[in-house]
Amino acid sequence: MNRYPWWKNLLIILVLLFALFYALPNIYGENPALQISKRNAVMDQAAVDRAVAALKAVHIAVKSARVEDKDGLIQFDSTDAQLRAVNIVREALGDEYPVALNLAPAAPRWMLDLGAKPMYLGLDLRGGVHFLMQIDMQSAIKTALERRVDGMRGDLRHANIRYISADVDNDNEIALRFPDTAARDAANKSMAGNYPELVFANEEHNGQPYLTAKFTDAGAMAERKAAVDQNITTLRNRVNELGVAEPLIQQQGDDRIVVELPGIQDTVRAKEIIGATATLEFRLVSGTPTDWIDAQQSGRTPPDSRLYHEKNGQPVLLKRQVIVTGDRITGASSGFDQRSGSPAVFVNLDGQGARRMADITGQNIGKQMGVVFIEHRTETKMVNDKPVKEKKVIEQVINVATIQDQLANRFQITGLDSPNEARDLALLLRAGALRAPMDIVEERTVGPSLGAQNIQAGVNASILGFALVAAFMLVYYRVFGVTAVAALGVNLILIVAVLSLLQATLTLPGIAGMVLTLGIAVDANVLINERIREELRNGLTPQTAIKAGYERAFATIIDSHVTTLLAAVVLFALGAGPVKGFAVTLMIGISASLFTAIMVTRALVNLIYGHRTRLTKISI
Amino acid sequence: MLNLFPYDAKFDFFGKRYYAYGLSLILLIASIVSLSTKGINMGLDFTGGVVIEVGYTKAANLDAIRDVLKKNAFPEAVVQYFGSSESVMIRLPPAKTGNQNQLADHVLGVLKTEDAGVTMRRVEYVGPAVGKELFNSGGLAMLVVLSGLLIFVSLRYQLKMATGAVLTLSHDLIMVFGFISITGIEFNLTVLAAYLALAGYSINDMIVVFDRMRENFRKIRKGTEIEIMNISVNQTMSRTVMTALTTFLSVLALYVFGGETLHGFSLTLLVGIILGTFSSIYVASSLSLDLGLKRSDLLKMTDKEKLVDTAP
Repeated sequence: MNRYPWWKNLLIILVLLFALFYALPNIYGENPALQISKRNAVMDQAAVDRAVAALKAVHIAVKSARVEDKDGLIQFDSTDAQLRAVNIVREALGDEYPVALNLAPAAPRWMLDLGAKPMYLGLDLRGGVHFLMQIDMQSAIKTALERRVDGMRGDLRHANIRYISADVDNDNEIALRFPDTAARDAANKSMAGNYPELVFANEEHNGQPYLTAKFTDAGAMAERKAAVDQNITTLRNRVNELGVAEPLIQQQGDDRIVVELPGIQDTVRAKEIIGATATLEFRLVSGTPTDWIDAQQSGRTPPDSRLYHEKNGQPVLLKRQVIVTGDRITGASSGFDQRSGSPAVFVNLDGQGARRMADITGQNIGKQMGVVFIEHRTETKMVNDKPVKEKKVIEQVINVATIQDQLANRFQITGLDSPNEARDLALLLRAGALRAPMDIVEERTVGPSLGAQNIQAGVNASILGFALVAAFMLVYYRVFGVTAVAALGVNLILIVAVLSLLQATLTLPGIAGMVLTLGIAVDANVLINERIREELRNGLTPQTAIKAGYERAFATIIDSHVTTLLAAVVLFALGAGPVKGFAVTLMIGISASLFTAIMVTRALVNLIYGHRTRLTKISI
Repeated sequence: MLNLFPYDAKFDFFGKRYYAYGLSLILLIASIVSLSTKGINMGLDFTGGVVIEVGYTKAANLDAIRDVLKKNAFPEAVVQYFGSSESVMIRLPPAKTGNQNQLADHVLGVLKTEDAGVTMRRVEYVGPAVGKELFNSGGLAMLVVLSGLLIFVSLRYQLKMATGAVLTLSHDLIMVFGFISITGIEFNLTVLAAYLALAGYSINDMIVVFDRMRENFRKIRKGTEIEIMNISVNQTMSRTVMTALTTFLSVLALYVFGGETLHGFSLTLLVGIILGTFSSIYVASSLSLDLGLKRSDLLKMTDKEKLVDTAP
């Protein structure tokens, strides 16, 4: 008699239901969608409604439109509609709402709420760009030292200490040359406390007294970390600007950044924007609010002023003379004004910037200063079906505040509405420009058509692989072949379910791993079935042969699975990109086959033969 | 009952092992000769450089493409069809100087002057430093897998068997690389993954045979080592052939439908499956026999195995 206890059958049914449920969203597929966010805020329903109204006006059918989490999501029936819609929505909502192309799961809402999502497709299947960017740390350190040399020159002039030269040499060391040792000692004394991240040393070269300074290990590390962090922040902002749904931007190793942009069609544009330069300028405000509105209406501005616009579109007149530009900013952080407790952003300027800031603000206490955000962008637009490059300068006043004190190298910008706004402004200031230059050291771009083609190739190979293996098993093992094929089907569903649940990236090699698993997974059934045949030949009754076959094959199956699993685990640990995808599906498939090939087939065999007391023949 | 290999066969596998050694030797020498003269066509992943796949609306004219690239400062470009005549792969070595990441865009610009309908399908750029790193981590993965398998087999079985297994894997490794060298398949990360999966498959095959040998050494008291090993291989032959076939069929599906990207991967697997099946019988077991594997080596039983063995 071969019967499973009720709980084993229940377990199998539960696992099967679980697998079916989490694999199901893949059947529904995904709808092309637009993901709309609001800059520095949570998306509002009104904007979604405006977008939908604009789409209705040009007869583009909208499948659904709602605010989900923090973003608005508009779904369409076809990619064609989605691509036509994106420009219309961008125009309707304006710059404040970045619009990204996305794919939204088409499964019912309640399913998504339970975490059932379709598999996450890798770039080789959905198309997109993968960049690996290397930060030039040597030049990051050099730039950081050069900023400090500027500050030191100012310090020395202020303290009336004579020096001959102040430079950063090729060994990334600051070298200050003095006429005599007395001047050097005075300099050392006056500066040492100001630069805790540097180590100073007295040196003599050709009889000349030098004061040298270089980063402490901790100082250099902080500088490198700041370079990576700031470049990531800048990149993230840029990528949001680009309108990419689900971008991946993360550090890899000490000095590299991975950028993955799924669904990007125009890689040239992607590179342009990632490499774009953005900066800040500080200018004095000119005139009063009534002058500003007059200037906007008449189009005439005072000769020393220019008309700018604030974030909300309000006009502001600023002096043509720039106090300080953004490349003088060495850092920015958000916090609270100590006196009023209102949110503030603290900006650090380098020596030269600080001196200019001090001079000009000292003479203008009580007046207003505007902060202008400037970005030079090259955009490629299609004009008469031909790409035309368009240089664009975006200038926007992000803040106007009253100068309350003379400002120096560190000052605060107040008058912000909320701590969030302060945080975002600080982030924007930091992200204004890349802190250190970057090179693309690896690029993998897959066009959307090739991605679709790869999916089709994977699906075809899976179907053919399954059909071949199944046909072979059915002919060869008959009823026991049926159980093995059923188990193989469950195995495939389990792989899809686990991949969907983990949201592990499915790549083309990943599909290859799945197909390979089909071939390897039946090995367990082959082992079992051959063993049963053998036991039958040895004269055991069918019932005992089934029992003995399953039990004796078990140890061999475990051993042989462990070896393949071992290879897969190492591949996963040491592999890169697409190879990881192969390892993941192989690992899941091999593990799942332990369950399906042994438990599921046994349950089926028990169901078919287990209850027959006088079983004389089995179909194997 | 359908079966591929007669169950009552008493084929003398090990008596004929010297023929198998001879065949192995010939293949090994051929592999090594090809590896040392022709070398391996190292893929972009390991050498660094740029690969650009472009699509045409009609069959592409390779000569015209080569011409236009040569005239525009890309004389070193390798141009070939990729899967179909509408799809062309262009490979460039890593540039010594200049702005590498704009290279692909420049190439596409040049190609557009020849045929405006050309579209970019895929770009892969790997910097020389990254290539070196991928090569190193690939080599490391190979070492870790091989030594991991050695440890596993020697723990579960016996050191002579483990030595046989590792020699077999090295034997397979050289032959797979020989095959890659002779056919000129591009050796990249995916092909490396195929090889590592093969190592797992190959060991899996050996283990099934080893397992049966251990069982038979304990069960059958009479008979020489060769006789018992022959019985074991004969008994497991059906399974070996069957599993090789199902795996072969599934990989065949990949080879047929998987597209050009998986071509090298599936071809390596197809050849590797045949090779692994052959070597698990002939090389692994034969070698452990010639390394002096004795019945007594396998008779030491742990308590756990005793329990398994007494099961009905």
